[in-house]
Amino acid sequence: MRDFFESLQQKALGWKTSRRDASSQGQDTRPLLHDTLVYALWTIGTLVAVLLIASMADGGDGREKFLQLLVGGIALGSIYALLSFGFVIVYKATGVFNLAQGGFVLLGTYLAYQFYTDWGWMFELALAAAVIAMAAIGAGIERAVMRKTLTKPTFTAIMVTLAILIVIEQVTRSIWNSPGLVLAAPWGTGRIQPGGVTIRFLDFWTVGFTFGLLGAFFLFFRYTRIGLGMRATAFDREVASAQGVRVGLSFALSWAIAAAVATVAGVLLTSRSGGALTPAIGFVALRAFPAMILGGLDSAGGAVAGGVIIGVAEVMVQGYVDVDWLGESFETVVPYLVMLPILLWRPSGLFGTRAVERV
Amino acid sequence: MEAIGRFWMRRLGVGSHAKLPRGQDETPSPQGTSPTRFLPGWDARVAVSAIVVLLALLPVLLDSPFWMNVMVTAGAYAAAAIGLNILTGYTGQVSLGHAAFLTIGGYAAGYFGASQGWPLVLWLGMAAVCGAIVGGVVGPFALRVKGDYLVVVSLALLFVTSHVVKNWKSVTGGHDGLSISKAPLAIGPIDFGDLRLFGMEFSREEGLFYLAWLLVGIFAVIARNIMRSRPGRALQAVRDRDTAAEVLGVSSARYKIAAFVLSSAMAATAGGVIAVAQRFLTPNEPLAELFISIQFVAIIVVGGVATIYGSVVGAVLLVALPEVIKEYTHWFDFQVPFFGRPLVSSSGLDQGLFTPGSFSNLLFGLLLVGFLLLWPRGIAGWMQSLRALLRQMSLSR
Repeated sequence: MRDFFESLQQKALGWKTSRRDASSQGQDTRPLLHDTLVYALWTIGTLVAVLLIASMADGGDGREKFLQLLVGGIALGSIYALLSFGFVIVYKATGVFNLAQGGFVLLGTYLAYQFYTDWGWMFELALAAAVIAMAAIGAGIERAVMRKTLTKPTFTAIMVTLAILIVIEQVTRSIWNSPGLVLAAPWGTGRIQPGGVTIRFLDFWTVGFTFGLLGAFFLFFRYTRIGLGMRATAFDREVASAQGVRVGLSFALSWAIAAAVATVAGVLLTSRSGGALTPAIGFVALRAFPAMILGGLDSAGGAVAGGVIIGVAEVMVQGYVDVDWLGESFETVVPYLVMLPILLWRPSGLFGTRAVERV
Repeated sequence: MEAIGRFWMRRLGVGSHAKLPRGQDETPSPQGTSPTRFLPGWDARVAVSAIVVLLALLPVLLDSPFWMNVMVTAGAYAAAAIGLNILTGYTGQVSLGHAAFLTIGGYAAGYFGASQGWPLVLWLGMAAVCGAIVGGVVGPFALRVKGDYLVVVSLALLFVTSHVVKNWKSVTGGHDGLSISKAPLAIGPIDFGDLRLFGMEFSREEGLFYLAWLLVGIFAVIARNIMRSRPGRALQAVRDRDTAAEVLGVSSARYKIAAFVLSSAMAATAGGVIAVAQRFLTPNEPLAELFISIQFVAIIVVGGVATIYGSVVGAVLLVALPEVIKEYTHWFDFQVPFFGRPLVSSSGLDQGLFTPGSFSNLLFGLLLVGFLLLWPRGIAGWMQSLRALLRQMSLSR
């Protein structure tokens, strides 16, 4: 089993070195299918491990419960995946660890509320408008503030994103300050029950929307000129700029994408909790950090795998672990508790590029 | 003065003095002052004496329990900020977990001081020890995990601490909270809870004020002496390039963990003082803790990263800011043109655009961005350029 994982890792790292190898003449030697397979195997491996633990914890008739929790976990996990995908895009393009993502979730969801509930627009239109508005805000913040931190130390950049988080949070709270707001998205009501497992339509929507979006982005980064330019920027800012890639556009776009996916994640999350809208929704981004760290800061596929792993772990713990001394709502700390040992084992996450330091 | 400083430094085991024979490391620095001397130069002596006298007289000058309470908090925050500056400013380990150490210190003070009834020195010491232990547990993560990853590890600390505090009911009281007003405040004959000096009686706030600022003084001396001696230079080498420091024979593992332990012990001690001043502790949500941690980062950035007095100045400014806004809300309640509502108002939810609390949070954010982008060296940087300007003027004359 260990050999198996090691060979997987070597293969995964193998393409990374070849991609960074000058001799490959800029050709992308990385097979898409292979990558997807590696990430999928890790995720499935985790799920199997969870299954084994769960079947031991729950004597026998827990199949339905397990599947039920699995569905919930994957749905929650795909929201985390969206969020951490947003982090990774920003990190890869600009090298900034974006703590303001929670602010984007918050502001985006409240904008969707404003358009849909308050102004009574059609839901699809409202969501699209919120996404576009947030993309513009994200790009604007990058251009106005973050662009100035590019030449500054990492510490400065991180702290500036924190400050942006605070400002967005306070502004949002002050604009929509009445309690008991509801964003009743029209996709949450129906359900099907194959084999005793209840699957809400919302879960389908969540997973479908997430993977549809992620798939679209992967295609975008692979086949479009702008997407390729963003990858070139992530790879080497100066070389990309010398080759005529519009680096500034790549930076702004990465922030726009982060803000847009955060909006979608926020709306999906609000629907999961029955439509009640509170400022605490910005909090979820803090729980998505472990997902991103788990996958590795600079690995988009890893972000998705990490998101699903963390989501499933959280829901499984919520469903199965009933130990008194662990205290109530133990699941809120599960993402971090899953993250810590893995980070000690692999400090750059499961799929992140290992840092090589020059002295 | 120098002899006293040397004596205490040896006593505290601070600096290379503990090992080196007397006078060995007195290599004169370019300014002509010894780098490890206690209070070098007449200007520093005058400034420090003036500040000490001002602080000693402050309870008499202010004569207001409210502002006294603010100054107690400011002192405790300054003490904790000195700790964060050792970790972030000097050793370069960015941490958003600082608020967790304050919480740990607060509950340690509550448990040992109020529930167990231990005397002041012991419960304050236990707060420091608890903080140091947790810092020692977190520290090793910084060896393996660097930079951005470390920030998230420190977030984990906030979550775990908050969870433990909410659920370890026998010690922390859980959601019901923990009363800490019974904790004894006496060192021998000096009772900070009921202070009598030179025939004057001081209230509890004023006593706590002296306690908090005594702590600031002690921590500042410890931190300054560490930073001006061998371990301090080692810490800064680790910050600037830890691999290179390692090559030069500095054990970066040892110094990183030491920085974590020292910083968290200081934060926890300060947390104990804050808890006593608040009299009652309830568990915070992780998000609220994160805001406190950000406040600490803002304190050291505004005051000046990697300066001791910067932490103190920043703490006083940023602790006083929300209180000023709360007290003088009417300064800010002018109408905002587009919204047709006053900017800040505390009466009713729909009245003002911001409540005083959220307005001061907003100002923290704006201050943080402004200082990081415009004056990354903080107020200490202003002072430096002012000094340079003065020197230039005196030379040109």
